[in-house]
Amino acid sequence: MQNDIPKGMTYPPGTPTQADMSAEIADIRENRPTSSDPNWGAHRTLIDYPPYRSSILRHPSANLELVDPETIELHSPAFGHRDVHWTEYDLTQQVNGEPQGERIVVTGRVTDADGRPARHQLLEIWQANAGGRYRQKKERHPAPLDPNFNGVGRTITNENGEYTFVTIKPGPYPWGNHQNAWRPAHIHFSVFGNQFTERMVTQMYFPGDPLMPLDPIFQSITSEKGQKSLIADYDHDVTVPDWALGYRWNIVLNGSNRTWFESVDGPEEEH
Amino acid sequence: MTNGKLYPTADQTVGPYYAIGMSYDGMEEVVPHGSVGSITLTGYVYDGNGAPVNDAVVEIWQPDAQGNIPQESGGIVRKVDSFSGFGRSGSDDEGRYQFTTVLPGATEEGKAPFFAVIVFARGLLARLHTRIYLPGPATDADPFLQRLEPARRATLIATPVEGGFRHDIHLQGEKETVFLAFN
Repeated sequence: MQNDIPKGMTYPPGTPTQADMSAEIADIRENRPTSSDPNWGAHRTLIDYPPYRSSILRHPSANLELVDPETIELHSPAFGHRDVHWTEYDLTQQVNGEPQGERIVVTGRVTDADGRPARHQLLEIWQANAGGRYRQKKERHPAPLDPNFNGVGRTITNENGEYTFVTIKPGPYPWGNHQNAWRPAHIHFSVFGNQFTERMVTQMYFPGDPLMPLDPIFQSITSEKGQKSLIADYDHDVTVPDWALGYRWNIVLNGSNRTWFESVDGPEEEH
Repeated sequence: MTNGKLYPTADQTVGPYYAIGMSYDGMEEVVPHGSVGSITLTGYVYDGNGAPVNDAVVEIWQPDAQGNIPQESGGIVRKVDSFSGFGRSGSDDEGRYQFTTVLPGATEEGKAPFFAVIVFARGLLARLHTRIYLPGPATDADPFLQRLEPARRATLIATPVEGGFRHDIHLQGEKETVFLAFN
């Protein structure tokens, strides 16, 4: 007798399969823009990336206009302990009880490309719970909400640009981009640097996640280095005995796209 | 790593659930509603078909009306007696964002004041920097704006409306906003 599992949802005819999507991803990767393409230097994440269907109408077609940053852009908004309560770094202690799932520590350092720390700057994170469910009305994934997990954290980096969060390892979650589409487990990070030019939002991934090669959002970065920049390292020195596994993820901010373009994306990138 | 530079972390979209992590009370009020000298800065975010983008985040960062760069903390929890210069607005179902703020003052001789702006959205894989200038002689004479073709220049200049200014952001298409990369 066969054990019974749900069939999953039925997609409208013509909805691409994962195989279709993987072929599109491979094709772009093979023909990816090189450093001679003006858009490439500006966005190592390709903004014109059709496999992520929602991006098709939401990216500018013109090249970015290269400008000298002016005074305001060379400064950053100021945040401090008035803005963030010191307990907000711990996503497992924000409701009454302990959330379900695998407790983890995520720590790292925020710097610019020269290694200068982003001191006393705001980090905001949000994520799905252990079952892959976000606490938001629009969310349709039939996984349980966890009454003890909001999935939101904030902190201010210290003098050295270092941050630490305690949270639950998020689960992968399904989305409607194509048939049987699943996002790899990830934590969203909103980051401020020492200049407004460096302000960014990104996602942190976990090493070894089998969904990363299949995911159009992750694959919108076509270089290996760029992809690696989003994957945390498992760090046994961060792991706390009898309590939580530890991950280290350093964030390097990029205010001047041109600096990156000329000095970091050397020819060794093109292999 | 080349030339001693660290490899920068790549951008990713804010995704559909940014409001979980990027919301706080009063984030659209750079200054309180109705305070002396306050204006409204509002507009719509559109995609390449002219459809409203109802899940964008627009942030502004600006000097005060005298051109001073805010240096005090309070970006999230405002202090009544100081100006943080930072605001954030999630677009609504019609694609509309809105701020209550003050006019930015000039910070550099011979250059027009502006709101520094950054846009994030579901479907937008990386941040987009832009600026919002205000119509007037300083903007007419601004060297950066002068080098843009008139149609592109116009995408960076707000339109006066009652109580403030309106400025639409087109992510793509004929009226596509000029977005910036920095030297």
